[in-house]
Amino acid sequence: MDLKFLDFEQPIAELEAKIDELRFVGDDSEVNIGEEIERLKTKSRTLTKSIFSGLKPWQIAQVARHPLRPYTLDYIGAISPDFQELHGDRMYADDPAIVGGLGRLDGRTVMFIGNQKGHDTKERVLRNYGMSKPEGYRKALRLMRMAERFHVPVVTLIDTPGAYPGIGAEERGQSEAIARNLFTMARLRTPIVSAVIGEGGSGGALAIGVADRVLMLEYAVYSVISPEGCASILWKSADKASAAAEAMGMTAERLLELKLIDEIVPEPLGSAHRDPAATAQTLQNALVTHLRELVALSTDELLAQRASRLAAMGAFRDG
Amino acid sequence: MSWFEKLMPSRIKTERRTRSVPEGIWLKCNQCGAQLYRAEVERSLFVCPKCAHHMRVGARERLAMFLDPDSEREIGERLAPTDPLKFKDSKRYRDRVTQAQKDTGELDALVSMTGKLKGQPIVACAFEFGFMGGSMGSVVGEKFSRAARYARENRMPLICFSASGGARMQEALFSLMQMAKTSAALAELAEAGIPYVSVLTDPTTGGVSASLAMLGDINIGEPNALIGFAGPRVIEQTVGETLPEGFQRSEFLLEHGALDLIIDRRNLRDEIAALLAKLMKQPRPAD
Repeated sequence: MDLKFLDFEQPIAELEAKIDELRFVGDDSEVNIGEEIERLKTKSRTLTKSIFSGLKPWQIAQVARHPLRPYTLDYIGAISPDFQELHGDRMYADDPAIVGGLGRLDGRTVMFIGNQKGHDTKERVLRNYGMSKPEGYRKALRLMRMAERFHVPVVTLIDTPGAYPGIGAEERGQSEAIARNLFTMARLRTPIVSAVIGEGGSGGALAIGVADRVLMLEYAVYSVISPEGCASILWKSADKASAAAEAMGMTAERLLELKLIDEIVPEPLGSAHRDPAATAQTLQNALVTHLRELVALSTDELLAQRASRLAAMGAFRDG
Repeated sequence: MSWFEKLMPSRIKTERRTRSVPEGIWLKCNQCGAQLYRAEVERSLFVCPKCAHHMRVGARERLAMFLDPDSEREIGERLAPTDPLKFKDSKRYRDRVTQAQKDTGELDALVSMTGKLKGQPIVACAFEFGFMGGSMGSVVGEKFSRAARYARENRMPLICFSASGGARMQEALFSLMQMAKTSAALAELAEAGIPYVSVLTDPTTGGVSASLAMLGDINIGEPNALIGFAGPRVIEQTVGETLPEGFQRSEFLLEHGALDLIIDRRNLRDEIAALLAKLMKQPRPAD
């Protein structure tokens, strides 16, 4: 099985393997098989399109966690080549599971902040699989405060399974660190745009996700708990993750319907990792559109809009 | 049940009494095992007279013991949950809600009131842990936000007694967003210069701990309350070791700087009234 492909993508993997084989034959054969390759490529594209148009929420969650999916620093690198990373919370440590720093977007200085996962085993361990500790959220808070002071917009990229559930994290106030970020972002006197680029996992995601606009990549997911966690609590069995993913409505499409996010950023055929450069470009365009609208507002108007947006969150009956 | 208990009347009916502490003339302390006379336990605010264990109390009992008698008026009392996702796990969310409403007499897991504390007008909220583990969904978020807004508009201090397992999974992302909504309401309250006192009671974890409960100008824990972000079982699974004795208890949080104070329930009224009087620059409250 090819690791580049998820299990439901295996028909595509087989076709791609056939194409590679033919190419190999083509190299040292006099027979012209270009036509056959073209035919198979078209078939592969059609197949990919049909598989990806019918993905179930649980399959989308797997795409969102795909090991080849671009991560925060990949997007920032593509969007803002002169990005300079800034480190540390000034209190305890530098948490590599959250990155942040100054860059440029649309000719404007921007503070980028995002969850960071690793591309290989070594980096995954270093980045703690994208799960932050309090020092990570406090670094993000420090950078947001700096952005406010210099009136620089904040762009956050969300991609985390959740906040790290460890002993040290609890000792250093994981709850307080997350809560403080929600509290501060709600009233931060500069525009904030967030984009969920992969996994939006619970409070650990929201801790950098309170914003004037929330975007989601087409195959990103965003939920209050992982489908596995939800299944093991409510169904008493982690095997029901697929049912939990369905029930929670964690896909971009569903969350847009529920008006919990503002825009879906489309991904290339077969999802972001098939063409990271194109994905970064689409994401950049979406960020720029929203930032232009937000920087045009006065700070008081911006905060009033953010407050009414947050106050309107919820579905209930009154009387 | 002993033969003696069987002879006793099984229930003394009280209107809208919540059942965090089981009813009956006698009750047993689940910490030291002492058989206690219910009326005596009520007088000591459900703190065991033998071992000072703080038993869990329902939202209405909590507010009744905290506010001055006959001073209270409820805020958002008609708010009730809907089921935007038509959520169904092993049971339907609708049915879980109906059952919880029947069990507790509440429409959802938070009660908000305005009333007086030693004559000082305040706004107070309390979580009903018996309602789906005190979980925070849209109704809890809205009720809390309305209470915070009422406090801001009327310049009254806000006090919240939390007891919650966290966000309500059956409302999925709606419940996650309540963390942002309640924190935003508190940020506006803080901007207006109104004090907010958060009392964390057993247990306060997950999304409630990681939002409104940890945002007090003053954070107070009841003795030995479980307070944390992740539940102890999740942490044990993650780190693969047994947790030390007292981990995530109030005393542990005080030691690590997350709480200002630990206060015995029987002194909460006095202590909070004294703190608020100082923050509101008022004379010392009468005893």
